[in-house]
Amino acid sequence: MKKDRKKRLFGVLLIIASSCLGIGLILYALNSNLDYFLTPSELKQSNENVVLSSNTRVKLGGMVKKDSFFINENKVKFEVTDFEDSIKVIYEGLLPDLFQEGKGIVVLGKYIDGVFYADEVFAKHDENYMPPNLELN
Amino acid sequence: MIKKFFHQFASPKSYFAVANKFCKPVLAFFFLLYIGALVWGLFFTPPDAVQGDSYRIIYMHVPASFMAQILFVVMAITSAVFLIWKLKLAAYVSKSIAPIGAIVTFFALFSGSIWGIPTWGTWWQWDARITSTLILFIMYLGLISLHASFENKDKADKFFSVLVLIGVVNIPIIKKSVDWWSTLHQSASITLTSKPAIDPVMLYPLMFSIVTFIGLIFGLVILSSQNEILRREKYKSWVKNI
Repeated sequence: MKKDRKKRLFGVLLIIASSCLGIGLILYALNSNLDYFLTPSELKQSNENVVLSSNTRVKLGGMVKKDSFFINENKVKFEVTDFEDSIKVIYEGLLPDLFQEGKGIVVLGKYIDGVFYADEVFAKHDENYMPPNLELN
Repeated sequence: MIKKFFHQFASPKSYFAVANKFCKPVLAFFFLLYIGALVWGLFFTPPDAVQGDSYRIIYMHVPASFMAQILFVVMAITSAVFLIWKLKLAAYVSKSIAPIGAIVTFFALFSGSIWGIPTWGTWWQWDARITSTLILFIMYLGLISLHASFENKDKADKFFSVLVLIGVVNIPIIKKSVDWWSTLHQSASITLTSKPAIDPVMLYPLMFSIVTFIGLIFGLVILSSQNEILRREKYKSWVKNI
């Protein structure tokens, strides 16, 4: 390789490396702030460390606990679990079509005295795709 | 001999001649195959057990999202080749990828939003995967306008290429976003290391749609780079003789 080309190759690598380093440091600094939601155990922990003001809107994500779902008047109650800890959720409104016990969920709302008052509920789909007749197997 | 071949093909003139011969038939071929893949996916596969028929957008969303990222990587390679070897052809190809990449990325975001409404219950959330893909889209737009804003096109090529190299770091971030952070977007169904999480009856048409879409988009890139060559070399004698 000619000398000037080598020099330019070095320049190209330097640009890529410094971009990686810069963005990498930003991402490292932001780290958990880039998480879309907290798991039940994370939410409980952060509530102990810094008492969340009751006005802070947070996102809680996990699985809908099996046999925890019931409807009371027009309120929906269920528990969100990460299989270590779980949090009771109260919600009033329409649930997405994919809402199901044992499936992924993200709820937005306020966490007050150990109960999560959700004002929005999103279903989180997993990576599995299969035709209906295979699900029975 | 290889060096000679490389030099010959890398001249805009001979590249144009080769591309002119093969580009359109190849483009038509992959276009028809991709339509075939869509017909296969939309009419000849069973619905998903959980999502029903709405999962079928996978046959457009996944190829589009895949190409949105691949095109940026290709653009980074051609940009590096241009910066190191000063190969004009590489800069022309880089420049013609940007608008196609922008459209494909927009389509990935758009189809994802359409799918998100019935599946998640929302069309937009600022999770890491969706946000990093939006950044990719904005980067494509930024590259297009950067190139357009220079009067001196040789200078434009240089700045364009440097910006592509800076931006390419976003690609591994998009790819790994669903593993590094918690996201609303699900993690990858097809990975190199483990068995696909998609049933074969849906996987085969998906693979077929991805492969044919790659062919279709690269066909478009070559067609668009031919136009770029004509635009940039319009005062050269070989262009005048066409």
